Amino acid sequence: MQKEYKTIRSIAGPLVMIEGVEGVKYEELVDITTASGEIRSGKVLEAREGMAVVQMFENTQGVGAFGSKARFLGKTLQLGVSKDMLGRIFDGRGRPIDGGAEIIPEDKIDINGNPLNPTARDYPDDFYQTGISTIDAMNTLVRGQKLPIFSGAGLPHARLAAQIARQAKVVKVDDEGNIKEGEGNDENFAVVFAAMGVTFEEAEYFTSEFKKTGAIERSVLFINTADDPVVERIATPRMALTAAEYLAFEKGMHVLVILTDLTNYCEALREVSAARKEVPGRRGYPGYLYTDLATLYERAGRVQGKAGSITQIPILTMPEDDITHPIPDLTGYITEGQIVLARDLHKQGIYPNINVLPSLSRLKDKGIGKGKTREDHAGVMNQMFAAYARGKEVRELAVILGEAALSEADLKFLKFANEFENRYVKQSENEDRDIIKSLTLGWELLKILPRNELKRVKPEHIEKYMK
Amino acid sequence: MEKQGTIIKVSGPLVVAKNMEGARMYEVVRVSDHKLIGEIIGIDGDKASIQVYEETSGVGPGEPVYSTGETMTVELGPGLLQSIYDGIQRPLPLIQKQSGSYIKRGIDVPGLDREKRWEFKAVKNNGDRVVGGDIIGEVEETSLITHKIMVPPSISGTIKSIKNGSFNIEETIAVITDENGNENNVMMLQKWPIRNPRPVKEKAVPNRPLVSGTRILDTMFPLAKGGAGCIPGPFGAGKTVTQQTLAKYCDAQIIVYIGCGERGNEMTDVLMEFPELEDPNTGEKLMKRTVMVANTSNMPVAAREASIYTGVTIAEYFRDMGYSVALMADSTSRWAEALREMSGRLEEMPGEEGYPAYLGSRTAQFYERSGIVKCLGTDGNEGSLTIIGAVSPPGGDLSEPVTQNTLRVTKVFWGLDAKLAYRRHFPAVNWLSSYTLYMDNIKDYWDKEISPEFAQLRTEALGLLQEEAKLEEIVRLVGTEALSPKERLTLETAKSLREDFLFQNAFDKVDAFTPLKKQYWMLKSIMNVNHVAQRVIEGEDFNFDELLKLPVMERIVNAKNLGANAEDDYKKLWEDTEREILSLRKA
Repeated sequence: MQKEYKTIRSIAGPLVMIEGVEGVKYEELVDITTASGEIRSGKVLEAREGMAVVQMFENTQGVGAFGSKARFLGKTLQLGVSKDMLGRIFDGRGRPIDGGAEIIPEDKIDINGNPLNPTARDYPDDFYQTGISTIDAMNTLVRGQKLPIFSGAGLPHARLAAQIARQAKVVKVDDEGNIKEGEGNDENFAVVFAAMGVTFEEAEYFTSEFKKTGAIERSVLFINTADDPVVERIATPRMALTAAEYLAFEKGMHVLVILTDLTNYCEALREVSAARKEVPGRRGYPGYLYTDLATLYERAGRVQGKAGSITQIPILTMPEDDITHPIPDLTGYITEGQIVLARDLHKQGIYPNINVLPSLSRLKDKGIGKGKTREDHAGVMNQMFAAYARGKEVRELAVILGEAALSEADLKFLKFANEFENRYVKQSENEDRDIIKSLTLGWELLKILPRNELKRVKPEHIEKYMK
Repeated sequence: MEKQGTIIKVSGPLVVAKNMEGARMYEVVRVSDHKLIGEIIGIDGDKASIQVYEETSGVGPGEPVYSTGETMTVELGPGLLQSIYDGIQRPLPLIQKQSGSYIKRGIDVPGLDREKRWEFKAVKNNGDRVVGGDIIGEVEETSLITHKIMVPPSISGTIKSIKNGSFNIEETIAVITDENGNENNVMMLQKWPIRNPRPVKEKAVPNRPLVSGTRILDTMFPLAKGGAGCIPGPFGAGKTVTQQTLAKYCDAQIIVYIGCGERGNEMTDVLMEFPELEDPNTGEKLMKRTVMVANTSNMPVAAREASIYTGVTIAEYFRDMGYSVALMADSTSRWAEALREMSGRLEEMPGEEGYPAYLGSRTAQFYERSGIVKCLGTDGNEGSLTIIGAVSPPGGDLSEPVTQNTLRVTKVFWGLDAKLAYRRHFPAVNWLSSYTLYMDNIKDYWDKEISPEFAQLRTEALGLLQEEAKLEEIVRLVGTEALSPKERLTLETAKSLREDFLFQNAFDKVDAFTPLKKQYWMLKSIMNVNHVAQRVIEGEDFNFDELLKLPVMERIVNAKNLGANAEDDYKKLWEDTEREILSLRKA
């Protein structure tokens, strides 16, 4: 029988110190019963001889030094998993909130997971077509990748993420340029969605979006809204990833995980760290922020000998659109690239407002080219990057000197940059542009440029594809 | 293993135990009933602070701590090459065999295979006098590398017996009698504490370049064998690609690659790619000269701290055999963050940005383990250890503590630039901010082996690029018309340097590796245009478009596709350049 302790000594923010305890384990779960009989739960953050520091998942209102009782449960935080989770909505701690029945778990799994052995991983190289030109052609996503969206307050990252979830499928292009669907697109495809500290409306947008398209049948949703307990936010993405790992590596499904908004998650970490009086790193975030984020992001990929995969699209809003802020910065060091949204494109009415220059996909090289997409893919991509970068420089120059002072070649680059934004970046929310269309459109735009400036594409590809 | 103490506190990877009277600093202990591997990093009376290399959830006060009496060591001997270790030298494939796809706790696997038998060939005879570091025998470890079996540094005396044959690493291959008549059994397996540098006779000044085949590194900012260099850069600028290119193509005999707190998929890429890759010089598989240490970002943070030392100790061991060794650490910032995390949990007084105050001295200690050395022993072998550390400064801000401490102890700075990466100019090494302090050391080698004018051309080329940056400011304000013909020539040459020389495609089979000789020829082809054109442009009203339209200009762009032994083709190109440009001179 578990012992109850009435020896709560102090309470500070989300932390509760309990004295006189015995046999407490690190990370063990704790239930605290308030004087009025409510039960609040937390976990052990520090276990000392005769003392435990407990971090509460819920607010500490009503918890007092006298009259409250603490019970140590002898187990760490676990999620009961089952394939029946598909189509269901849970709160940030994995309790159903859609009015349905409790899940009967097939297994109970510690939400912290274990690190994947690098030798057990399989390298992700299946081209994942999202139907968005700036991603497919320029920052190619592959199945098993973690590719975050760096957004800002007020930018349409939710719409973009929903569009990716709707349109993503594995395809292969054969030598004649025909697109064939790869395996694992339908019955084996699942979406796991975790909302951390987002507004009710944003959470509702995703739920209704999933319901509208029928995708909800293949989805598991974990929702922690802005008014839910802050500390619960730290557990939410781990719940989602535990469910995703179960579906991917036990049930052989291809899982797309969308996490939003990582900025709120990091704020929650900072709050707990500050309450513990830890030495802060940059901007008050704890020194272990990198390690902590890595334990989330690294739970993506493919495993040798297992059919499924986990592809992660975390969303974060950069405070003041500052990409050097610790959250996007540390994220960029862990994830395999990033999709950066731009405010100026958004103001020009361009959707999706992806700024391709700072965006990057690190895994694209093995997912494109002959046998995957098309032989000219890498060349077209690099040429468009280089040309758009130059076009944008020319645009700045034109502001100072006026367009009249530009050379003939520079004017062409300027025209390219404008057309690129208006025709290539811009597409409608329901437009599912396949990769061949994206590449063809790329060649069409490259025609604007003088032929002798096309140094990144092979001459034989120019002959073959530029029409 | 005997029980020693009792846990009184657990906080993440830090465990404090009492009743630890016999404990010594950096002793390895086993923590709790799970037998987690830990290392003592602080002692206060009978209390010891232990950093634990595995996940500590579910561990609590009252559980036992077992002492082992050993310090943190690596196992050295045949079998190291082609291995893939975690941060504390546990082979990852063995871990996978024991615990499946995920790394579970309390796994105990030895660093080197105890069963495997190696063919030992003695090179010394009975009765020979030997000292520590002397090579007494050889093992053909891979078809590329002969593993030399050395007398451990602490032993010297007369060989009583030594035998050829097939042995495992724990069997006695030789008996050495020391001055006092004590007999020491020598086996192929040696152990060495990771935090102590292995001893050498003396250190020397580096004087030969480490050739990587990457033009901007070899020609513009060369690193010497036995030197130390750093690659700082924001994410996405190509640190990892640069490190991997170095690991693939650099002309060191042994490569130690440490993936310290980096991405799992990237490590997998390396693990899958290296066994396939062939050495451009020998045609052998590159993996046969490589040892990997992989502690990805989600693996325990304390093991990340140790991974750097594990790697460098293995590298030193091969250096002591007389090999040239190159060590890549990607990224040292993650190691520094591991230090910070442990320091924070120990409640030490923080220095800058929360890093411990000893960050600088630890960084220096690590990089100082590089060098060209006269090895111990009487054989007079010379080995070298080159260290190349990647640094990941937050937000690309080089003023942060890890970068600054690294810059103080490394002599080569390859600064990666996000702007170049956005333009897809790779390798995105900024030619204005990067530097090398080894130019004087290796100039003799260049003069003798490549050409006496190579160093001169390099200086000129760097000057032109510097000049270009200045001129671009002017162009931005007043346009190209305001420039003199000489200045326009500078701009054109600099553009050619950037696009046809510095730009290099690491994913293109031919372009990825350029031998040093060919780098010289390519550089000369470009600078030649500048030299000859200077003779025609002066004075008259010169038409630049005519110059740019000369057929030879196209050939210079494609000069990188000429063969690695095509000296005559290049010579022809230089002659044609001179003829065609001079033909523009007004009659």
